Amino acid sequence: MKKLKATCIAGLFTCGIAMTTPSMATEFEFTGFVEPEFQVFPNRGNVAGQKRFNSSVAIEVTAEAFWDNGDQFVVFTPFARLDQNDGNRTHADIRELKYAYVTGDWEFRVGIDKVFWGVTEVAHLVDIINQTDQVESLDGEEKLGQPMVAVSTVQDFGVFDFYLLPYFRERTFPSMSGRPAFDIPVDETQTMYGSNDKRQHLDFATRYSNTFEDWDVGIAYFQGTGRDPVLMPGFDTGGNLVLIPLYAQIKQASIDVQATKDAWLYKFEGFWRRELGEEYIQATGGIEYTFYQIFDSASDLGIVAEYIWDDRGATNANAFANDAVAGLRWTPNDEASTAVLLASVVDIDTQAVSLSLEAERRFGDDYFVSLEARVFENVQRTDPLFSFADDDFIQLRVARYF
Amino acid sequence: MTRFSIPDANPIVRLTVNLREENQPMRMNALNLHNMALAWIIAAMLVIVPVGISTAIAEELAGLDTLPGADDPAARGLAIAQETERRDVGFNNTSANMQMILTNAYGETSERELRNLVLEITEDNEGDWSLIVFDKPRDVDGTALLSYAHILDPDDQWMYLPAVKRVKRISSVNKSGPFMGSEFAFEDFSSQEVGKYSYNWLRDEACGDRMCHVTERTPLYEHSGYTRQIAWTDTTDYQPRTIEYYDRKDQLLKTLTMTDYRLYEDKHWRAHDLFMENHQTGKNTRLVWSDFVFQAGLTESDFTTNALKRAR
Repeated sequence: MKKLKATCIAGLFTCGIAMTTPSMATEFEFTGFVEPEFQVFPNRGNVAGQKRFNSSVAIEVTAEAFWDNGDQFVVFTPFARLDQNDGNRTHADIRELKYAYVTGDWEFRVGIDKVFWGVTEVAHLVDIINQTDQVESLDGEEKLGQPMVAVSTVQDFGVFDFYLLPYFRERTFPSMSGRPAFDIPVDETQTMYGSNDKRQHLDFATRYSNTFEDWDVGIAYFQGTGRDPVLMPGFDTGGNLVLIPLYAQIKQASIDVQATKDAWLYKFEGFWRRELGEEYIQATGGIEYTFYQIFDSASDLGIVAEYIWDDRGATNANAFANDAVAGLRWTPNDEASTAVLLASVVDIDTQAVSLSLEAERRFGDDYFVSLEARVFENVQRTDPLFSFADDDFIQLRVARYF
Repeated sequence: MTRFSIPDANPIVRLTVNLREENQPMRMNALNLHNMALAWIIAAMLVIVPVGISTAIAEELAGLDTLPGADDPAARGLAIAQETERRDVGFNNTSANMQMILTNAYGETSERELRNLVLEITEDNEGDWSLIVFDKPRDVDGTALLSYAHILDPDDQWMYLPAVKRVKRISSVNKSGPFMGSEFAFEDFSSQEVGKYSYNWLRDEACGDRMCHVTERTPLYEHSGYTRQIAWTDTTDYQPRTIEYYDRKDQLLKTLTMTDYRLYEDKHWRAHDLFMENHQTGKNTRLVWSDFVFQAGLTESDFTTNALKRAR
């Protein structure tokens, strides 16, 4: 699309210049937010050093420049968090630093970028390009920037994406004093790789996607270093029990499908993966339905039901092996963009339950407040989630956008 | 078929202030003389002939296309809508900026800024393609909405969420909820194709300085939020000037007043000020268009899910 924004806002005259001599106009944009966060943990932690109160602050800035009528652009998005108690959560990352060139139906990108694949709401199984920034959020939606060379083309018969991924990002884990955290700490100094190239292994991914009327379909293949580590028990230099991440070489084929039929959405995504000489399948799918303008109000009420499956059963790498998700989303469609999401995940094998409530709204023009509460109930000692059982929390974030 | 922007809705006239700006100076004098002569003739007619006949004659004198007569109000209403559409054929593609000022019942205001790109689709039975990019409030900066409009089926819509870089196909069945918390529904300013309504001409009457055709139109889309709309379309340029929206209980819900019409490429009228008043809640939204660019060089490749991710 043509980036007419900044030039056009200055008025028709400037806009006209942008149109007639496109290569002359370079537009700059500078946006971002500062977001203090407060967390309360009602239960005492299992591990010494875990506190009941935590505060931290995150900052993210995006600087963009567009030229060539918007067909070329550079985006730079650094992110940083400063955390009171968890040294691992105090971290910085370059979410994006890319140059992009668009010509006709082709798009080329070089640098650090983020890419999302998938359709479901809770488990994001086929989304594999970026590593999860786990200290940011348990939902797996916060990602670390991934270095890449990417080519994308839109043709009549669909969209093709190709990625070369020359550098690997390790998942972030909370430290001993962080919450929620594993009771046995992850020792990142002993991280192991399936390939001798370690982080320098050149990974490859490709995806085909297309829309067939009400159906949106994506098929993808990935070969390289798996983003989900296997966590192996071991000892650190002091002889303490630790978990050592192993990043294996994997081959993965995946599919994601969504059918949009009036107010019903039907979703499925899953992959077949070969890892450490083993083959397995994970899949998730479900429905989403929205009741519009309930009780003659402007409010919409959405229901989400999904099922998550792993044919290996529960492992410490993936607790969601036979789990059901039920969610309710209420959006009053007001000026403040209020939204409330209530979700529960139930492990059908163990009856362990995770409940979450997320509420958010805007205050004024520039403040956005989100409140999140998570409760873990009935988690057995044998459950991979047991470490979190004492880490129920309430979290408040107040973002100031600029 | 028609443009995506709000101006298409078929409303009417409350063209009080801005008429002078809307016509080129050269035409003004001629038009005024014409109007004066017309007024005298109409006045004379009113004395001696029934009103129906006088309006029909007034129309002919104004040199407009011949519409079906008042004895066939459905055909006449349809013809008025077709004329509105015909006059905007060939805009090809446009880009424009949109500012919305939301005012609640307590008089508190908040603002939104968006950009709108439209690609004209000339195939029969298909609506235009559009891409809306949100700039403000800042927390939704970069969020973008891609729509392929259909006449009687739900549109195809994809939403891009920049924080997670995710493109989501969304249900578009309901188009009558508040758009961005405003008094506009997506239905109110999405592509206004002739085939979306059935029509019934009611009367012709003065609207501000102009004459208007008053047409009742009934949405054919089964999930429309309205039982009917009453649109005032001026008899000179065939542009909507005012629209009244009746809710599912057939109560008057909202009134849209469209002013500050400007002419582009000697053919395409665009209202730049759209004021939507909700009579049931006391809230209102003013939508101001600016920086219209016609022939903005947009092609189908600017309306793909890939383009949606690049939208700024």
